[in-house]
Amino acid sequence: MSVMDYKRITIVCGHYGSGKTNLALNMAYEQKAAGLNVSIADLDIVNPYFRTKDSIDELNRRGINLICSDYAGTNLDIPALPDEMYAVTDRKDENFVLDIGGDDRGALALGRLAPQIIAENDYSMIAVVNMYRPLTRDCLSTVEVLREIEYAGGINFTAIINNSNLGTDTTASDVKKSVDYAREISAMMKLPIIATSADARLKGELDGEIDDLFYIELQNSLVNKEC
Amino acid sequence: MADKVLMKGNEAIAEAAIIAGCRHYFGYPITPQTEVAAYMAKKMPKIGGTFLQAESEIAAINMVYGVSSAGKRVMTSSSSPGISLKSEGLSYLAGADLPAFVVNVQRGGPGLGGIQPSQSDYFQATRGGGHGDYHMIVYAPASVQEMASLTVKAFETADKYRMTSMILADGTMGQMMEPVDLESLKVNPAPEKPWATTGTEMKREHNIINSLYLKPEQLEKVNFERYERYKTVEANEVMFEEYLMDDAEICVAAFGIAARVSKNAINAARAKGIKVGMIRPITLWPFPKDVFKKYAQQAHTFISVELSMGQMIEDVKLATECKAEYLLCNRVGGMIPLPEQVLEDIEKAAKGGAR
Repeated sequence: MSVMDYKRITIVCGHYGSGKTNLALNMAYEQKAAGLNVSIADLDIVNPYFRTKDSIDELNRRGINLICSDYAGTNLDIPALPDEMYAVTDRKDENFVLDIGGDDRGALALGRLAPQIIAENDYSMIAVVNMYRPLTRDCLSTVEVLREIEYAGGINFTAIINNSNLGTDTTASDVKKSVDYAREISAMMKLPIIATSADARLKGELDGEIDDLFYIELQNSLVNKEC
Repeated sequence: MADKVLMKGNEAIAEAAIIAGCRHYFGYPITPQTEVAAYMAKKMPKIGGTFLQAESEIAAINMVYGVSSAGKRVMTSSSSPGISLKSEGLSYLAGADLPAFVVNVQRGGPGLGGIQPSQSDYFQATRGGGHGDYHMIVYAPASVQEMASLTVKAFETADKYRMTSMILADGTMGQMMEPVDLESLKVNPAPEKPWATTGTEMKREHNIINSLYLKPEQLEKVNFERYERYKTVEANEVMFEEYLMDDAEICVAAFGIAARVSKNAINAARAKGIKVGMIRPITLWPFPKDVFKKYAQQAHTFISVELSMGQMIEDVKLATECKAEYLLCNRVGGMIPLPEQVLEDIEKAAKGGAR
């Protein structure tokens, strides 16, 4: 039973390096596993690296359609959006997970789709937060960044996912220490925390310790391998 | 244990620079170093510092010249093509004996090249890059923690020797995320700078910052004096890491991401009973000549693992006086060697394949 209550469109937004791509991929995996027809749309116009496209083999294996600029993962470093992005609002018989670029600059990409998404009203706009990132270590700074994202993207957040982590070095204690941080943001923004996400390898240590855990498989990349 | 933060290498450089007392950043965005500028843009206004996106790289490096002349800690950052543009300014900084901190997060070249990691600016960094006789102190971090700690170190040595210190990182180091302990960074206060143009208050003669000498005898003299100072740097500032070198018959030479890949290959080779170790230069200039020379008595083969067509291998040969056998293990154009490729070359060397 998933902690997520998926709407037709799940928009994954957050500050730079908060872990949006890993979360978006896992949300797509879970929906697909539940038998839903789901696509993932990479609308990152900020970072040319660490894209959903890096997981293209895994997405193909699971039969999940990837909507992504042709230039992601190439040497052409331009903020390009895929022409297929309009499928998000056109193909209403399908679910979508939108992986949006970091900070307010990344959220700009949402602007073109925002009016239709809001009019249809079958979406969740997720704020991904990580207290271990240098510019969002306290609640006030985090809320400030989230407000900038809402302003740039033209959609208000509907929920928070606490994705506080220190990469592959994260311990169960690191995750537990972040709970209060997420609660304070939740109180400040009057938004529910729908999940605390953590690396699946911490399952044994975290089960029963925190409510609404969402375990994620980390995206494979060369840098993540032990070297 | 101190609290850690999860940082990209580029962010770690920016935060460490602020911790080191740098309040002046001038740059021009370029992938894969853009997060340095982006971080400074967010942070500097909040702490009373200056972030300025200049109209070009050439403008940025000359702004660095200006602030350094006024005696303040200052920096700029870029990636390979941008450093080429800044090279004239680097030469002027050297000619005026000004301390500065410069970051090069390298990408594949030559030309516009690509945005994936590379180490092919080794010659440019260690030989000066710009015109004239000069050196920079060049640091090669191999972790995000070192991106931070070597940034602090670079500010200190720049001030101490009145030189430009450079972090020469590859794109991987700039982009990868690792936990960093910022609280462990210890910073020595900047030294007095009686040469700086801080206003005479009618109490002293004018300080003049310049790299123009009207008489060739005078220009020759300052060049000789500068190289005497470089000798002190070579004597005091060499940094390297030795890995499993005690009984090594094969020595891998690698820095940055290549050293991390090599470590995996060395562990795999050790498991197969091959006596192999690594010398990881942390300063590329001054190059750790002595340790290489020492192990040339013991190791029969040196394998230089580089993301270039073979640049550091020349320094390895010079340091070991060409007394051993040499192999170049490389990938270029933004590609990174896999541990398997390095292991293959180690096995080849073990079988005497380099001869």
